[in-house]
Amino acid sequence: MLLEVAELAVDLPAPGGAQRVVDRTSFSLAEGESLGVVGESGSGKTMTALALMALTPEGARVSGSIRFEERELVGLGEEAMRQLRGDRIAMIFQEPMTALNPLHSVGAQVAEPLMLHRGLAKGDARQRAIELLERVRLAEPERAARSYPFALSGGERQRAMIAMAIGCSPRLVIADEPTTALDVTVQARILALIDGLRAESGMAILLVSHDLAVIAGHCDRVMVMYAGAIMESGPVDAVLRRPRNPYTLALLEARPRPGAPRGARLATIPGAPPAAPDHRAGCPFAGRCALTLDQCWTTPPPQVAFGANHMSRCHRAGDVGFVR
Amino acid sequence: MSEPPLLEVSALVKTYRLPGAGPFARKSARPALAGVSFSVRQGRSFGIVGESGSGKSTLARIALALDRPDSGAVRLEGRSLFDLPRRELRAMRAHMQMVFQDPYGSLDPRQRIGKIVAEPLAALGGAGRAERRARVRASLEAVGLKASDALKHPHEFSGGQRQRIAIARALITRPKLVVADEPVSALDVSVQAQALNLMSDLEREAGVTFLLISHDLAVVAHICETTAVMYRGRIVEIGKTEELFANPAHPYTRELVDATPRLDRPTRVEPLAALNGGPEATGGCPYAGRCAFVRPRCRNEAPILESKGDGSREVACHYPLG
Repeated sequence: MLLEVAELAVDLPAPGGAQRVVDRTSFSLAEGESLGVVGESGSGKTMTALALMALTPEGARVSGSIRFEERELVGLGEEAMRQLRGDRIAMIFQEPMTALNPLHSVGAQVAEPLMLHRGLAKGDARQRAIELLERVRLAEPERAARSYPFALSGGERQRAMIAMAIGCSPRLVIADEPTTALDVTVQARILALIDGLRAESGMAILLVSHDLAVIAGHCDRVMVMYAGAIMESGPVDAVLRRPRNPYTLALLEARPRPGAPRGARLATIPGAPPAAPDHRAGCPFAGRCALTLDQCWTTPPPQVAFGANHMSRCHRAGDVGFVR
Repeated sequence: MSEPPLLEVSALVKTYRLPGAGPFARKSARPALAGVSFSVRQGRSFGIVGESGSGKSTLARIALALDRPDSGAVRLEGRSLFDLPRRELRAMRAHMQMVFQDPYGSLDPRQRIGKIVAEPLAALGGAGRAERRARVRASLEAVGLKASDALKHPHEFSGGQRQRIAIARALITRPKLVVADEPVSALDVSVQAQALNLMSDLEREAGVTFLLISHDLAVVAHICETTAVMYRGRIVEIGKTEELFANPAHPYTRELVDATPRLDRPTRVEPLAALNGGPEATGGCPYAGRCAFVRPRCRNEAPILESKGDGSREVACHYPLG
């Protein structure tokens, strides 16, 4: 297994005691596999991704285990992490301008990890950078290499960042909302590009998105997060067509559906996510959930298995109905 | 039709001058709107979709007379906004309001909700204190908030509630037309559903007509009877929303539909296709550089928006699909 995460928890310092933002999540990722992480704001999906890269904010406490290529990453020093980042594990962010330095040419930035991790000489690295820009299908790669980030469109910048990420042939690419800021036509092309690179190189992808449909089209498996916990996980088809967790079902039913009559009522989720969920006290979705029982408030929900790798954390997993 | 449409936009042209590449380079001009016309009937919300750079946000500003076009006209209930004396234009503003994308940025954090919601009234020359209070209350209740919320500050509300506050502010002048520019794209799915339900209710019960601008076809289809698709400052297709997305006639509409992620099928996309349309061919179709169905005529002759089929659809394409 390329990546095995067990009981990963992240606590952030907060007034009045640490706040748990990721609660004992366990998941794994095989070579060449694509795992989607979906959830609303505050679900812990981005914090989970950052924990894998050891990029959690100052003061965060990360516990549990992250085994990557047979090596334990929790507790690994910053120097060793720096060796891994951009080499074996790479990250693609939502807004390329946060990752690209506006003062350096795109070519120089794509070349940098190659010099750092592969020891390439400057000229060779520049040449390789142009090949990478071509591989992410930037029109006129030589010109793009000489350009500064501001001169590129949003989609072109995202391609440049992908070129930077794949330069050292990472085994795992973590993409956090990589297309959220882009137009749908550009989004479709960027996602197709990532699919193609994965097929070519056998790298694994962890795709973080708020959009179930994006994950449906580009991932093998999905995990649905809410208030720091994995509520449901499994093969994309099983989870999205036959959800076994009331939260997944609520997310699916809140979406306006193509072809539905205009103005049809959309299902809403009453209330708001808990500000500081106490995961030992019960299910974080209790109260907002239409199926809430007394025990949902007091007892953490069990993990209920439904066939091949499909899991729902819910006291009432067996009662969740069909969609459509 | 005897009654004039609620909103009529005709032949709008707007060009922004962009600085040149160097200090002595010639300034380039990019048309944000290159002759846009459509009309919106009372009670029939209208959608505008397109990508960044299509001119849709420029159109929103001009429709509300927040910006002036180079040429063309905007009529609200038959009255031309840019020909009105300033004072009458101010009075007309009561009938048209705007809701923005960002529910965080558009509410002043230091002000109480009551003051924020009442702001469009003050801009119109005000109302008495009792009247103002009654209308704030009615507006908050119309969006499902409590009258007592008027005393709170924005930070006490969630993202979805803040978007409701922004909508309450737009409603306080009892507008006939609300222009909403990406009103739900910053919201989580569950909260977005609340905002869309609210917009449907307001159309049905309060007689509000929306001009809804969005990149999200499903959102537009949920609210709008008619939709226009914009590309590079032009309307390329317009028609009944449902039919438009089920059977697109313009290749660009089809590209949008195919690229939209759906749960029930993978997106259809050509990953090798050119990223952008490249430089616009002078005289030809603006979409020619990107079109999968391009033929020689498309590069030389610009298509005009013409009726197709039973007349409920108009498309600007020499070789419409289907």
